[in-house]
Amino acid sequence: MASLDQLHVGQTARIDSLVGSDTLVQRLFEMGLLDGEEIEVIGVAPLGDPVEIRVRDYRLSLRRSEAARVLVSILPG
Amino acid sequence: MNPLPPPPVTLSPPRPSAAPKRLTIALLGNPNTGKTTLFNALAGMRQRVGNYPGVTVETKKGQMNFAGQTFDLVDLPGTYSLAARSPDEMVAVDLILGQQPGEPRPDVVLTLVDASNLERNLYLTTQALELGVPVVVALNMIDVAEGQGIRIDAQELSLRLGVPVVPIQANKKKNLDRLKQTLALTAGGDLPSKQTPFPEAFEREAASLHDVLKEDLPAFLARRLLLDVGGYTEQRLALRHGEHIRAHVQAARQRLALADCPVPAVEAHARYGWIRQLTTGCVVRPSKRPITWTDRIDRVLTHKVWGTLVFLAIMFLVFQSIFTWAQPVMDLISGGVDWLGDQMTGLLPPGPLTSLLVEGVLKGVGAVVVFLPQIVILFGFLALLEDCGYMARAAFLMDKLMARCGLSGKSFIPMLSSVACAVPGIMATRVIENRRDRLATILVAPLMSCSARLPVYILLIGTFLTAGRPRWVPGLTLFAMYSIGLVVAPLVALALKRTLLRGETPVFVMEMPLYKVPSLRTVARRMIDSGWAFLRRAGTLILMSMILVWALMYFPRGDSDGALYDDRVAERQTSLNAFKAEADPGDDAMTTEIDNRQDEIDKLRGEWKRQSALGRMGRAIEPVVRPLGWDWRIGMAALASFPAREVVVGTLGIIYNRGQTDSKEIRGSEDVAGTRLGQALDAATWDDDPSRKVFTVPTALSLMVFFALCCQCASTLAVIRRETRSWRWPVFTFVYMTALAYIGAFAVYQVGSLL
Repeated sequence: MASLDQLHVGQTARIDSLVGSDTLVQRLFEMGLLDGEEIEVIGVAPLGDPVEIRVRDYRLSLRRSEAARVLVSILPG
Repeated sequence: MNPLPPPPVTLSPPRPSAAPKRLTIALLGNPNTGKTTLFNALAGMRQRVGNYPGVTVETKKGQMNFAGQTFDLVDLPGTYSLAARSPDEMVAVDLILGQQPGEPRPDVVLTLVDASNLERNLYLTTQALELGVPVVVALNMIDVAEGQGIRIDAQELSLRLGVPVVPIQANKKKNLDRLKQTLALTAGGDLPSKQTPFPEAFEREAASLHDVLKEDLPAFLARRLLLDVGGYTEQRLALRHGEHIRAHVQAARQRLALADCPVPAVEAHARYGWIRQLTTGCVVRPSKRPITWTDRIDRVLTHKVWGTLVFLAIMFLVFQSIFTWAQPVMDLISGGVDWLGDQMTGLLPPGPLTSLLVEGVLKGVGAVVVFLPQIVILFGFLALLEDCGYMARAAFLMDKLMARCGLSGKSFIPMLSSVACAVPGIMATRVIENRRDRLATILVAPLMSCSARLPVYILLIGTFLTAGRPRWVPGLTLFAMYSIGLVVAPLVALALKRTLLRGETPVFVMEMPLYKVPSLRTVARRMIDSGWAFLRRAGTLILMSMILVWALMYFPRGDSDGALYDDRVAERQTSLNAFKAEADPGDDAMTTEIDNRQDEIDKLRGEWKRQSALGRMGRAIEPVVRPLGWDWRIGMAALASFPAREVVVGTLGIIYNRGQTDSKEIRGSEDVAGTRLGQALDAATWDDDPSRKVFTVPTALSLMVFFALCCQCASTLAVIRRETRSWRWPVFTFVYMTALAYIGAFAVYQVGSLL
């Protein structure tokens, strides 16, 4: 099982679950990161953090520490 | 454009005009959906901004006209969800539920939805359906969606949602009449017929919580109580009913977890599940996602190398514009104020009233107005960057750097703006949603070296650190003075985040909106609004503090014999002016006579100010400032510059009998040490030990360091008060910065003296 922060730019994955139920996870849910949803990593900031993903027709950026809460299954590219 | 869907059968006919109550429309939507554009299009020029009590959220209200009827329009803050975690976020919920004191319950909620991003946008809409008011959905940015090959059947969507769905294009004002018509028909009518289906277990728990609370709690809040773990609804109800209800809620949540409906996931599953059903068939996407302009542009702008370069270039441009465009206008304003002051002094009889008008009121108003060019220009740039979508990229690029200081990427631009002037920088912290991050940024912004500190640096460096020293000394010292703030600010931010502003790590998760061509009208509007807001709120405080300092420097106005200083000064100046008018410029003896007479006047004025209340205060605090290497004259100048630090040069001029020194003169001077003020400072000695010079290098440095770290700006404090809606934070800023400045100046002087 991988987490979102471990993915490289260009990889797509399907969300398996989110770890925890704090404010961060509530926010991720609101923004549409649900299990079963497909996401694509489209970029990383110059200093390595945060990362940018595509989800549900829009672009979202989040810190690696935040992305670590999203458990995913990598889809073959 | 799709034809207007037939109104659902459930709508009631328009109200009879016998009921004259004005209908209210609340505007809700995600950020970046063009809500401001729509609000402006519906309300036109008739808008006003106000305050909700107890929160930092601003109200934005307007009026919309349709078919001879006027509607009140309330713009609610852009949000992704109505799950409130703070009083600020609760405002929208309270308002729509009719629980916001002083605000009428809206008769219809208009949810604005971005067609190119439908699913996430509908999340908020599904929440809005549960608020017990009629809802209309405006489907905006149809053009953007079509550009991506997305086709939406608004009619079908409306049928499935159970509320009217009106496609519009707010920026081109397309179909707005249909929208207004739909709003007029829906307002005060039937409630939405459909809602998100939640699992039965959840509905049961929510209903039973409702009973436990024995209060007329709206169904929506009962659900929020259950769903928002540690949210604001829970906090507020715990306060009202006692902590025991938390136990009830926790127990309910545990039961739900066991029933395979864990909170908060159950909400996201229910809503997004329903949204998927709603949109399948209504929304057609191309099989392969087309590459958009945003994709192309971001390939450069978020690129490791190019992105950073473009970013630095843009930041430099914003910065440079302040100096190139704002500075000349500011000089014009100060020049104009000075000229007006001279005219008034000439026309009016000497005396306290004239002096109050010229030195107090006029100079005070000048001190306020002189900020406008910087505020307006900076806000123009910020609005431009925000509107086109670049701000999110800037925050994205800078986040890692800012996170090291305990802040987030969104703090970068406000901090950078503060290097020019903290006033617009602090006003720009609006973009930071997290309350603690925002406060931390506001509290350290004044440390970023502002342009008003420059005249002091130039005066002291020019006089004491230039002649007879290696070439690189002046430049390095100036750089060091600027850097002090830049180094101390992140440290203070970190300290604050660890102590006073401690709490849960704020969530960064941030949408990167599509790029769009910025609307010049929106930008212009923001520029005007921010300038106006500054004038109204900060203006009074600044004016009053300038008048206070004037009074402290004017009184007492009589010498030991009872003769009034202002009369004596005015009398001599008038006779000198007459003498000058008749004088022959070639005559050396006359020129010397004129200089002597001017010196006499300056000396008299100096004597007057030194024995004034402020002068006495300066002498009283001398023991306190001695360890910094200052004598009481410097102390007096520092005190006088607390409302506005740029007056320090002028004040030093007066105290040292050099009359009215212009800080512009110092700034533009090639040989600062050679100016009259420069020479006077160099010659100054201690009262009790005339063999020792006051202005040694350590003293000069300690004075500069004090200025670098102290908050001598009533405008900044006024803006902090306005943005934080409390006196606590401006007072705190003033105290901590003064303490820091004192310690810094002390350390520099003591260490410097030893070397």
